[in-house]
Amino acid sequence: MRAVDVARFATGSLRGSPARTLLMMLAMSIGVAAVVVLTALGEGARRYVVDQFSSLGTNLVIVLPGRTETAGIGPGLMSGQTPRDITLDDAEALLRSSAIKQIAPLTVGSATLSRDALNREVVVIGSTANLLEVRHMSIGLGKFLPPGDIHEGASVCVLGNQMKRELFGNEQAVGQWVRLGDRRFRVIGVLASQGESMGMRTDELVIVPVASSHQLFNTTGLFRVLIEAKSRDTIEQAVRDAEQIMLQRHSGEKDVTVITQDAVLATFDRILTALTMAVGGIAAISLAVAGVLIMNVMLIAVAQRVKEIGLLKALGAPGRRIRNLFFAEAALLSGIGSVAGLVLGYAGSFIIGQVYPSLPVSPPWWAVLAACATALGTGILFSVWPARRAARLDPVAALAGR
Amino acid sequence: MIQLEKIARSFTVGDQQVAALRGIDLRIAAGDYVSIMGPSGSGKSTLLNLIGLLDRPSSGTYRLDGGDVTALDDVQQARVRSEKIGFVFQSFHLVPRLTAAMNIELPMMLAGVPPEERKERVAKLVENYGLKDRADHRPDQLSGGQRQRVAIARATSMNPAVLLADEPTGNLDQATGKEVMALLENLVEQKVTLILVTHDPLLGGRAARQINMVDGQIVSETGRSG
Repeated sequence: MRAVDVARFATGSLRGSPARTLLMMLAMSIGVAAVVVLTALGEGARRYVVDQFSSLGTNLVIVLPGRTETAGIGPGLMSGQTPRDITLDDAEALLRSSAIKQIAPLTVGSATLSRDALNREVVVIGSTANLLEVRHMSIGLGKFLPPGDIHEGASVCVLGNQMKRELFGNEQAVGQWVRLGDRRFRVIGVLASQGESMGMRTDELVIVPVASSHQLFNTTGLFRVLIEAKSRDTIEQAVRDAEQIMLQRHSGEKDVTVITQDAVLATFDRILTALTMAVGGIAAISLAVAGVLIMNVMLIAVAQRVKEIGLLKALGAPGRRIRNLFFAEAALLSGIGSVAGLVLGYAGSFIIGQVYPSLPVSPPWWAVLAACATALGTGILFSVWPARRAARLDPVAALAGR
Repeated sequence: MIQLEKIARSFTVGDQQVAALRGIDLRIAAGDYVSIMGPSGSGKSTLLNLIGLLDRPSSGTYRLDGGDVTALDDVQQARVRSEKIGFVFQSFHLVPRLTAAMNIELPMMLAGVPPEERKERVAKLVENYGLKDRADHRPDQLSGGQRQRVAIARATSMNPAVLLADEPTGNLDQATGKEVMALLENLVEQKVTLILVTHDPLLGGRAARQINMVDGQIVSETGRSG
């Protein structure tokens, strides 16, 4: 029997009972659509996090005071408390490594920013000119912190976009003076609006030279040292060098933690991929349910079409051909059901993408493939029993309708 | 050429063995017109099913055109049915969702005959059996006589050597029954072996050779040919 004829015959018998066929396809397509939509959501979350991380900078290595044993977020990373601070000299010493392109020391504190009668509590970041490049920030107006000796604290500051608006409105801000704590700073630049990145609103920051922030907050330690490795391949080298240098400078005591953005990113990536797969797996259960439904309906179909099966045998169809006819029916059902489910799933993903524009919702190719394969697989798998039952019918009894 | 030797067939009903056929010896030459008659339960339908390879004997040998067909497996038997045997049933057994033409086409489709050839043969059969304006109708839109004509057209579509008819007029009125019998007998003239099972002596009497069965055995034969 020709493949075309098998397909035609199977289509015919599916059309013979349209309500049943439609219901089975609906079950199948809902299963596929559920997998597509849910994995799309999971994948969207994963890509959202990955995007957020890459916006922090490329080839980034971070040195933070305190020792934590895991690559993830530990208590030391949260509090930053340590018996020994990382000093500016420590940070400068890191540049001895050939794997390190540039560094940006970082302090964080909060102070009152005021201009005339306007007051605002702000997060003050102390850093150097390199921060702009290392952290992928962009300047909107004026200039960023001037390069030069990092021990010298000029009285200049760069405002976040929102700070500028709140203090100056539409007025010219660059060149004006503001008061930060007990010191006066001249505004030399305004950051371009960047929105939120990893929980830090750059729009609400004030950035000053690191030495000035040390004077302002009366400290000598650094919150972080951001390191940009020369290339992706030298990240590991940069980590080793940074650890080595800090070890030397801290009299052999391992009291800093060096993490790579990649490591953190990889951890998040793994967690979220696992989550996506888990969610997809749960959705796949609905596919299995659809499979059971197909089996049930197929069994009914075999019972209803006993006479037809007997006739096909009498007309010269061996058992395996009858089995294949039923397989073809199941495959057609789940095939069309899958396609309908894909359409449904992509439509659903599109709608979610419209409702939550910040989430890059798109179903991963492997989930789409797996959903279709599972649909086809369960369809055929669950029709094995009914098809075999049909193939084994005794022709005489079948013709008599028994 | 059909040769049956010591054919027996018994069924298990509950925990009892019931013999449907006891030692049938029968030779039917190619082109014969044979009727098998007997009361219900005499085993005539069982015999027909065995000849049609729908059933296997419990013992004995069955040779078709010289070859032992009882030893063949499911696939081989199916091929023999497809190529050599045509069935006409009392209740027509048409596939309800298929049109008359598609029902006629079915055996050829199962046998993998190329579509062009199928179309040609179906057109010829539809013409021959006077179904031209009914070809696109489904069985439920056809009369009993038309349905049986479709069934006969289907049974002959693969040009079988043997045609097995089990009470072909059982569900038809007298006039249409005669019409159908004329069609079947016309096939005998074209050298088709026709084996007719009926409980009706009038109908069976039309055959050149008549076999009477009682309790699974052949009790008498008339008009024996070679």
